[in-house]
Amino acid sequence: MLDNLASATTKPKMSARDVRVFYGPKEAIKGVSIDIDMDNVVAFIGPSGCGKSTFLRTLNRMNDTIPIARVEGDITLDGENIYSSSMDVVQLRARVGMVFQKPNPFPKSIYDNVAYGPRIHGLAPNKAELDQIVENSLVRAGLWNEVKDRLQDSGTALSGGQQQRLCIARAIAVDPEVILMDEPCSALDPIATAKIEELIHELRGRYAIVIVTHNMQQAARVSQKTAFFHLGTMVEYGDTSDIFTNPREERTRDYITGRYG
Amino acid sequence: MNHSLNEHTLKAFDGDLITLRGLIAEIGGRAEKAVEGAMAALANNDHDLARQVVEGDKRIDALEEQIDRMVIQTIALRAPMADDLRELVAALKISGVVERIGDYAKNIAKRVLLIDADQQIDAARLLPAMADATRQLVDDAFTAFAKRDADLAVAVCAQDKTVDDFYNSIFRALIAHMIEYPEHVGAGTHLLFIAKNLERIGDHATNVAEMVYFAVMGQSMNERERGDDALAPGSD
Repeated sequence: MLDNLASATTKPKMSARDVRVFYGPKEAIKGVSIDIDMDNVVAFIGPSGCGKSTFLRTLNRMNDTIPIARVEGDITLDGENIYSSSMDVVQLRARVGMVFQKPNPFPKSIYDNVAYGPRIHGLAPNKAELDQIVENSLVRAGLWNEVKDRLQDSGTALSGGQQQRLCIARAIAVDPEVILMDEPCSALDPIATAKIEELIHELRGRYAIVIVTHNMQQAARVSQKTAFFHLGTMVEYGDTSDIFTNPREERTRDYITGRYG
Repeated sequence: MNHSLNEHTLKAFDGDLITLRGLIAEIGGRAEKAVEGAMAALANNDHDLARQVVEGDKRIDALEEQIDRMVIQTIALRAPMADDLRELVAALKISGVVERIGDYAKNIAKRVLLIDADQQIDAARLLPAMADATRQLVDDAFTAFAKRDADLAVAVCAQDKTVDDFYNSIFRALIAHMIEYPEHVGAGTHLLFIAKNLERIGDHATNVAEMVYFAVMGQSMNERERGDDALAPGSD
């Protein structure tokens, strides 16, 4: 599996080494090692319960909120161990942002949804700069033109697809380095999905992006690297084009061709 | 990788693939029969058989269209991946190649109708053996497809050299003969084209084998396995 890891020439943004996650006595992730770089969108695919979401959540310590969850192994962001005691978790989650399956805007105005992060992290010294951050984030999330005349409307009044792009804008607003997306389109219609996928293409390179998806066509469309998870292990990690045309592992083949189970 | 594939969760997809494999087997069988029939018609100067071969090519053309439609439909509806995708792409390419094999057989049959049967040209005595080797190549290529047999596919490509060697021998013999007997140039040229058609059929059989190899192995056959593609005389 080590030959899948990034070569010495490109320094990975995030690295995981032999990561194990336990829910109580149950080992949900059984030693996963992976490198995530800035240039490639990485997709995690696999059947329900395979551990892909659990592993994704280790990357910004979301599992910390689950009392019985325990994480072993090393996960680094720019070489720094994110589970070390000196790591500020709030700061970490600003650097490694997350977008969830169901759009979850705050019950606040569109403006305040995006401004929330920069405010609590003190990123904008004055109103003019905050306005600029809000606008930039909404532009990058592809939502600005649709909402610029109604920034004081409630975020929850937007359509599902717009809400999800608002959540992406909210994640972008704190200037993260990595964006984790956990099935960001599963509650959206095909057009809203296409907009998110296009957005992922545009954000590529500016942020390291990891997306968990049940939709293999989506993984094929948006990612350059794909990791297949099964029963808590990462079975195969490689170029998306290879995974979908000529997977090396039989379990990967069975899953992506619809022969699983 | 193990090639004994399990069933798809979606059974209808397996149904599509089974139908498609049946169509490929049928078009391959018909192409092989067409080559055989055309050469039997030549050997026995059987014009009825030759006309049957010409007529039978329409069915091969129709099968090609049917396969193409089915592949496109399956790709659109089933979104195939990995082995499935490679098999469908191979099927699409193979149907086009087989259609060409059918055309060459038809062309041979048409020439049978034009050759003056009274002209015995001893120089072409190797043609039946060449036809046999060519037909075997087509047969093996489709057996390789049906069995997902990459080794047999490699063997087909290696065997194509035999057909090329036959062609080179017949080419030289016929040219020498026609120089000696200019009155035989008409029939001799037809026989030369027939030999050339067989040689091309052999090439197409190797194309089928290469697609089979790709479908099974997920990569192209390398140069060494394909064997040298020696230039046939007169093709430079």
